[in-house]
Amino acid sequence: MITITNLWKGFGENQVLKGLNLSIKKGEIMVIIGQSGSGKSVLLKLIIGLLKPDRGEINISGCDITKLSDVELQKVRLKFSMLFQEGALFDSMTVGENVGFFLLEHTNKPRHEIFKIVKEKLKIVGLEGVEDLSPSQLSGGMRKRVALARAIATSPEIILYDEPTTGIDPIMGASINHLIRELQSHMSLTSIAVTHDMKSAYQIGDRLAMLYDGKIIEVGTPKEIKSTQNPVVHQFITGAVHGPITDS
Amino acid sequence: MGRKIAYFLEEVGGITSLFWQIILHIVRPPFKGKYIISQMLEIGVNTLPIASIMAVFTGMVLAVQTYIKLREFNAETVVGGVVAASMCKELGPVLTAIIVAGRIGSSTTAEIGSMKVTEQIDALETLAVNPIKQLACPRFIASLIMLPCLTIYTDLIGILGGYAVGVYRFSICSSIYVDNSISFVSPWDILSGLIKAFFFGMIIIVIGCYKGFTTIGGAKGVGKATTSSVVISSILILVSNYFLTVLLYQ
Ligand SMILES: Nc1ncnc2c1ncn2[C@@H]1O[C@H](COP(=O)(O)OP(=O)(O)OP(=O)(O)O)[C@@H](O)[C@H]1O
Ligand SMILES: [Mg+2]
Repeated sequence: MITITNLWKGFGENQVLKGLNLSIKKGEIMVIIGQSGSGKSVLLKLIIGLLKPDRGEINISGCDITKLSDVELQKVRLKFSMLFQEGALFDSMTVGENVGFFLLEHTNKPRHEIFKIVKEKLKIVGLEGVEDLSPSQLSGGMRKRVALARAIATSPEIILYDEPTTGIDPIMGASINHLIRELQSHMSLTSIAVTHDMKSAYQIGDRLAMLYDGKIIEVGTPKEIKSTQNPVVHQFITGAVHGPITDS
Repeated sequence: MGRKIAYFLEEVGGITSLFWQIILHIVRPPFKGKYIISQMLEIGVNTLPIASIMAVFTGMVLAVQTYIKLREFNAETVVGGVVAASMCKELGPVLTAIIVAGRIGSSTTAEIGSMKVTEQIDALETLAVNPIKQLACPRFIASLIMLPCLTIYTDLIGILGGYAVGVYRFSICSSIYVDNSISFVSPWDILSGLIKAFFFGMIIIVIGCYKGFTTIGGAKGVGKATTSSVVISSILILVSNYFLTVLLYQ
C-alpha cells in the first residue's frame, strides 16, 4: 500500500532522514516509535506531501507522490487524513465547523445534515454538546479528540496519527487507543501512528518500526519488538538510562 | 553582504510568486463569496472611525498651513483648491493605505502566521483546501475593492475638514471656497488617487500574506513577521507612490 524507499530529508545542516526504507501493508496499523526530535513528524509530513523529500520515493498505491504537481497531490490527499500533534484546529471556527470542515468544503450536503454527521463523529470520540464552543475553550485533551473527529469525518483510506495519546490522561488515552483499533476494523483503514508512548504502541500496533538516526532500524510485531536483540531498540522500549542511545 | 542580497532576492521572488498564485486561484473556481464579504467589512467598515479622524484632522491642518502662507500673497481664497487637490491626489490614498497597512496588513500577517506556526495551514492542505485560495484570495479581492472606496471617503472627509477651518475659522466665503475647490480638482486627479489606492491595496495584502505564510518560530516569530509586514508595506506604499505619480502624470 505504502512503500518508502531511500528517503532523505534535511533542513539546512540538520540531516533528519538519511535513506529511510519502510513499507506498510493495506489494512494494518504501523506504529513508528523513536526519540523526540528523531524526525517522526517530519516523516508523516513527507508521506502526506506537506514536505518534499531531498531524495527518495514514496509510493502510495503505485503512485509516487513526491513527483506529483499540487493539483494532482490534492486529489491523492482526499484519501488521507492526518491527526496533528497539537491538534491544529482552526481557531477562527467553532468545534462543529472544524469537524465538518471537509464536508462543508467538498460536498453539497445541506448544513443541517453535515452537523448531524459532526455530532455523530464527536460522539465517537467521547464528546457531546461542544459543537458551538471555540477550540480555545477546550482542554488540550479535548482538542486532540476534536482533531481526531475531524480526521475521521473525511472517510479516509489512510490515517496518519501524530502522537494520538500524548497530553491525554491514561483512561482517555486507553479509550483513544481502543477507538483507533475500532476504526481500523470498521472502516478498513490503513494507519500510521507515531508515538513514544510504548504502552500505546503495543496496544494499537500490528507492527512497530523504530526510527533512529534517520533510518528505520527494526520492524516487527509487538512481540518481536519486545524480544529484540538490537541494543538500541532494547534501550528505547525499556526506557533505560544507560545504553547505546545515551552513551554515544 | 552576499547573504543579504540572496535573502533580498529570495523575498522578492517569493512575493512575486505568491502574487501570481493569488491571481491564478482567483480565476479558478470554486469562488468563495462569503469570505470576501466578511473581509470587506473588516477592511472597509471597521477602518472608518480611524480613517475619519485621520482625514478630518489632515484636512484641517492643511487648511491652516496653506492659509497662513497664502495670506502673504493675498491668495487665501485658493485654500479650498489646495486642500482638495492634495487630499485627492496624494494624502487621501497614501494616508488611507498607511492606516490600512497598520490595521489589516498586521492582522493578516498575525492571523496567517499563527495559523502557520500551529500547523493549521498544514491541516488545511491535508483537508484538500489550498491555503492561498482560502486565506489570501478573499482578502486580496476585498482589499482591491475597499481601498479605493475608503479613499473616496477620506478624500471627502478631508475636504470637509478643510472647509470647516477655511469657512468658519478664517471666514473665507463659502461659495468662493467651494467654487475654488471644484475648479482646482480635475476628474483625473480623483481617478489617479483611486488607481493608487488600488495598487496600495494589492501591496498590503500580498505582503501581509507572504509574511504570514513564511512565519517560523512560534509566538515570537509571529510578532516579528507582523512588524516586518507593516514596515515593508509602508515603505513600498511610499516608494511606489512616487513612481505611480510620475507614471500617472506624464
Ligand atoms: N519545518 C522545519 N524546518 C526546520 N527544521 C525542522 C522543521 N520541521 C522539523 N525540523 C527539525 O527536524 C527534526 C525532527 O523533528 P520532528 O518534529 O520530526 O521530531 P519528532 O520525532 O516528531 O519529535 P517529537 O516526538 O518531539 O514530536 C528536529 O530537529 C526539528 O528541529
Ligand atoms: Mg513530532
